[in-house]
Amino acid sequence: MKMNGARILLECLKREGIDTIFGYPGGTVINLYDELFSFKEIRHILPRHEQAGVHAADGYARATGKVGVAIATSGPGATNTITGIATAYMDSIPMVIITGQVPTALIGNDAFQEADIIGITRPCTKHNFLVKDVKDLATIMKKAFYIARTGRPGPVVVDLPKDVQIAQTEFEYPETVEIRGYKPTVEGHPKQIEKAVAMIMQAKKPVIYVGGGVILANAAGELVAVAKRLGIPVTTTLMGLGAYPENDSHSLGLLGMHGTYYANMAVSHCDMLIAIGARFDDRVTGKIASFAPHAKIVHVDVDPTSIKKNVRVDLPIVGDVRDVLQKMLKVADEIGQDANACQATLAPWIAEIDEWKQKHPMTYKQSTSVIKPQYVIQRLRALSDPDAIVATDVGQHQMWTAQFFGFTAPRTLLSSGGLGTMGFGLPAAMGAQAGFPDRQVIVVCGDGGFQMNMQELATIVQNRLNVKIVILNNNFLGMVRQWQELFFDKRYSSTCMELPIDFIKLAEAFGATGLQATKVEEVDEVIKKGFATDGPVLMEFKVAREEKVLPMVPAGASLTEMVLAS
Amino acid sequence: MRHTIAVLVENEFGVLSRVVGLFSGRGFNIDSLTVAPTNDEALSRITLVTRGDEQIIEQITKQLNKLIDVIKVIDFEPEHAIEREMVLVKVSAEDQSRAEVLRIADIFRAKVIDVTPKSYTLEATGAPAKVSAMVELLRPLGLKELVSTGPVVIGRGAKAWKG
Repeated sequence: MKMNGARILLECLKREGIDTIFGYPGGTVINLYDELFSFKEIRHILPRHEQAGVHAADGYARATGKVGVAIATSGPGATNTITGIATAYMDSIPMVIITGQVPTALIGNDAFQEADIIGITRPCTKHNFLVKDVKDLATIMKKAFYIARTGRPGPVVVDLPKDVQIAQTEFEYPETVEIRGYKPTVEGHPKQIEKAVAMIMQAKKPVIYVGGGVILANAAGELVAVAKRLGIPVTTTLMGLGAYPENDSHSLGLLGMHGTYYANMAVSHCDMLIAIGARFDDRVTGKIASFAPHAKIVHVDVDPTSIKKNVRVDLPIVGDVRDVLQKMLKVADEIGQDANACQATLAPWIAEIDEWKQKHPMTYKQSTSVIKPQYVIQRLRALSDPDAIVATDVGQHQMWTAQFFGFTAPRTLLSSGGLGTMGFGLPAAMGAQAGFPDRQVIVVCGDGGFQMNMQELATIVQNRLNVKIVILNNNFLGMVRQWQELFFDKRYSSTCMELPIDFIKLAEAFGATGLQATKVEEVDEVIKKGFATDGPVLMEFKVAREEKVLPMVPAGASLTEMVLAS
Repeated sequence: MRHTIAVLVENEFGVLSRVVGLFSGRGFNIDSLTVAPTNDEALSRITLVTRGDEQIIEQITKQLNKLIDVIKVIDFEPEHAIEREMVLVKVSAEDQSRAEVLRIADIFRAKVIDVTPKSYTLEATGAPAKVSAMVELLRPLGLKELVSTGPVVIGRGAKAWKG
């Protein structure tokens, strides 16, 4: 059947199983929006800023595991998506971003609302396409989704000129896709896996170090099975939180700059580090030269470029982490001791770790006079649904959430780890709520990050996305302030948010409910009321202004050089 | 360590900028780069010369392979490859030096492709080391302009890469 390009695009989305998209109309996508007007199979959510639209699609993708889709018009619409795209790229989130473009005849002429978005997004996308002929559109869309969701996932931009949306052709969606330059290695090499398991079973002090790759590969179940089978303790990065239940006795929680004392000690003293779907980020390793100095390193990752990029690796395994973990489990049964024997062998190591856990547990100093932000996080965990999804913004509150919430399931924490994008939290939560209308979705923000995308309150209320917004308000850009306190002699340059905003009135102005807690005893009451109230609720907690995120490994220091909570 | 890397890519617009952008974005060096379509019109072949330690070269080849439009990457070992580049050089040539320039050209089997009362323009082809040896001999005679293709490389033996 003959269709125009705009219709073909929507048909392609439908074929890819997309039912929710986030987008902002404009001159070069007006034809697409005209088709969308009568295309009932896709729910379109209108954010109030294109950046937020991309973050929402990103949050949707992180929570559901599906490909997130966002639309923006050419020029400023497209350039507004950049932070959202770069955020998704750094965290390997599968997304397809469709940008309008000026008609092909005008490309390169500095036309109205023209931007070279293919050039601009080249370094922050997995791949991008400019569609020059409507006949190529269906194939390009097929490739875009295939590239976005396979291998190491990532965002793909499809730039669609206005005339291509109007031009007509026969629509046929390709069944298969063949890209000769793109053949991700899915299956781990069996010999390497055998060698790795043999090495791991020889180790006396092994640690599994888990990154976001385990969550992206839907391999949390396999991870738990392998860790249990071999009796090995597990630490996770920020992106890996939820892959291994933190209430398990073998969980070490977060490692790295704001990681637990015991995770950092375990990594620094282990003789075998098994990195799975992690990339040895500088916030994780601290000083590279003294990272896991006694350990042999096994590194499992779907992306060969992650391996040996930052640290030496004794045994690399390229492959989908789920496939590799499944094979590891099989090999362990074939070649080695049973689970009980493994646990007995590692008992002294676990005892050593337990001593570290007792010596310096993850803690903070409670107060009766002022609300401690960590306390709010703990109460949120206690009072929220067990399957609640928690989005965060970026900064101190993000680290406190990572440290104190206690994540037990994958895809329940949505956080910008790699790029560290302030303003991410609120729209990401909105996207997650669109994906799971019936689940509790909470976003924890600071007062700074919330203000970076607070216009999305309008989207949330309009679309009945009943996000529960938690603002830990210290009237500071707290993380920068913390660095200024520690490393810049308390010279609080431009980090004090002096204007006291009435967040309750702000929420009400958008038609949401606003609540506030200023005393410790009000915390539970506000959370309970917030969760019990229908519709979107903004809960503001006036917290201790100069509370620090601890432990902290100063940038460039070794993991053992932690500043601990007193 | 100097490495000559051949990259087989889709012959599409924007591919070169992906390759070049990768080098600039990740702080890798490019000493020279040359690109042209191959016998298969759908493919182009880039030859680039870069330098770095083993870890950097490993990252460069992995990152190149990661680009969707890159089909194959070969980091050629010098003993298994033949490298050639072409230079065009304009040299001052007056009085006694006119004969000297021609002698050097003759030794290196360079061709004179333009001549004026004050200059010769030479075309020389060969392994990079040979070409640069000639250039160094010409330099003291008054090297006015030098333009080089940068090396291209092909493997020794009967085995060929498709494209």
